[in-house]
Amino acid sequence: MKILVTVKEVAEAEDDFDIDGLDIDDRYLEYDLNEWDEYAIEEAVQIKEDGEDVEVVSVTIGPERAEETIRMALAKGVDRAIRVWDDDVAATDVLDPATKADVLAAVVEQEEPDLVFTGVQAGDDSFGATGVALAETIGFEWGAVVNALDLDAEEGVANVHRELEGGIEELTEIQLPSVLTIQTGINEPRYASLRGIRQAQSKPLDVQTLSDLGLDAGVLESPLQRTEMYEPESEGEAVVFEGSSEDTAGELADLLQDVGVVEG
Amino acid sequence: MSDVLAVAEHRQGELRDVSFELVTVGRQLAADQGGELHLAVIGGDVDAFADELNLDGVSVIHTVDAGEEFNHDIYTQVTEQLFEEIEPSTLLLPNSVNGLDYAPAIASRLDVPLVTDAVDIARDGTTEVTREMYGSKVETTVAVDDDTVAVSIRPAEWEATDADGDADVVAFDADIDESAVKSTVTGFEEVAGGDVDISEAEFLVSIGRGIEEEDNLPLIEELVEATDATLSSSRPIVDNGWLPKNRQVGQSGKVVTPDVYLAIGISGAVQHVAGMKGSDTIVAINTDPNAPIMDLADYAIVDDLFDVVPELIDALE
Repeated sequence: MKILVTVKEVAEAEDDFDIDGLDIDDRYLEYDLNEWDEYAIEEAVQIKEDGEDVEVVSVTIGPERAEETIRMALAKGVDRAIRVWDDDVAATDVLDPATKADVLAAVVEQEEPDLVFTGVQAGDDSFGATGVALAETIGFEWGAVVNALDLDAEEGVANVHRELEGGIEELTEIQLPSVLTIQTGINEPRYASLRGIRQAQSKPLDVQTLSDLGLDAGVLESPLQRTEMYEPESEGEAVVFEGSSEDTAGELADLLQDVGVVEG
Repeated sequence: MSDVLAVAEHRQGELRDVSFELVTVGRQLAADQGGELHLAVIGGDVDAFADELNLDGVSVIHTVDAGEEFNHDIYTQVTEQLFEEIEPSTLLLPNSVNGLDYAPAIASRLDVPLVTDAVDIARDGTTEVTREMYGSKVETTVAVDDDTVAVSIRPAEWEATDADGDADVVAFDADIDESAVKSTVTGFEEVAGGDVDISEAEFLVSIGRGIEEEDNLPLIEELVEATDATLSSSRPIVDNGWLPKNRQVGQSGKVVTPDVYLAIGISGAVQHVAGMKGSDTIVAINTDPNAPIMDLADYAIVDDLFDVVPELIDALE
């Protein structure tokens, strides 16, 4: 069995930042592996460790810098990785979910996985749509916001829990092959061991251009365009306690007593 | 091509609040474009749902008798067929968990651009959708260069519409291809309740990522004990296994309405805010004065929780 895990290097903004045009100035961004994808990787690696003959391949659309996050996936047990990038992708402002789905679909066509895992969403643009859009594009069944998975490969079924709102979970049987978007909390992602990090250096990391995937730059055309970015106006009217920690804690203690939730 | 089609959401026999918010967004967009608002309600007791959804600004309600609960394979097929019949310019869906489970599939199938998690929508020739990025630190406007668009709206962002209307209720006979239904919902489970019900608490001390590691939990527990409060948390604490699921406040956890909600080291992600914004008094302790929780707080301390919490325990003892 082969499991393809899509991963993304996401940007996190520092507490204080400036906006330069249509994005936060790069000086204030730090890059890391998307949190949701860490759980997707862990889920795939656990299936590999539980079963026989499972290959886990990760794919990302990202610049050379993203190899750091891919190596992290390799260090955590992914067998090999693919990075898709070329000058045309680099020149694209907004890679919307439909575009990503089209590019990833070409990778699926090459790799022919039985299962695809994605994170529920990316921590930076939070579209939350690539996984399900990919499923529809490649004709796989799917399940979104999966927080428990029991795979029955012989029966060709994934038994999943989907985390709904309000502390309710939906139990669903999903036919394979399928795309599952993985929610945080489904497992406990491991730290990469030193041995894993060493091994990751020698695992295959294949860089593919759009033309390698049989695509041309037309696939990047998107009707979506970012036209503005700004800091939302603060609606906060909080009374801010000022002073030393002792002073502010004292004021808070008084408040809690005044409101009546602690005894004076 | 100036109509709006919105798909309502229900669960276990009840319409979800976002269905009424969809009406608010949809009727405004329809009015702006000189079109009509069509609502679809798929599965469950569709006639009773249609009665409830017969609200001001709704022109037609399409009822589709197709199973009891949400199934994305059926919702996708039905919505596609309705879209092709009505030919709306805008398809509105909820950005709920179930919305995440079928909106991208419909958009892909119809080859219509999708913008998710909208907090505002303007349509004046082109559609402009406002959404957030980088954990709500910035807002962006996304312009859609297409005559049609699918937009999923963030729940609880718009007021619900509750004024009565006089919509036509029409049964829509969808042609379901059963061979394309490859998922089956087999049931629901409630997250284990445990011995503490945080939704009943008057004073919640709630912790987030800011406590950094599990070893710091005893400090907070000391505060909880000193104040006779109830301990709750945001999602990462539960994901890490430091507290059980029944302590989680938020969209996928519990909705709480205590007299005081003391948010310690919680930045205030939108999913968390959904569960606690009804608290009477919100107090935040956070090092970041621009954290989203500060917009919601009645009182705030901008400081390191590891300095403030021990002082607070001292002050209360």
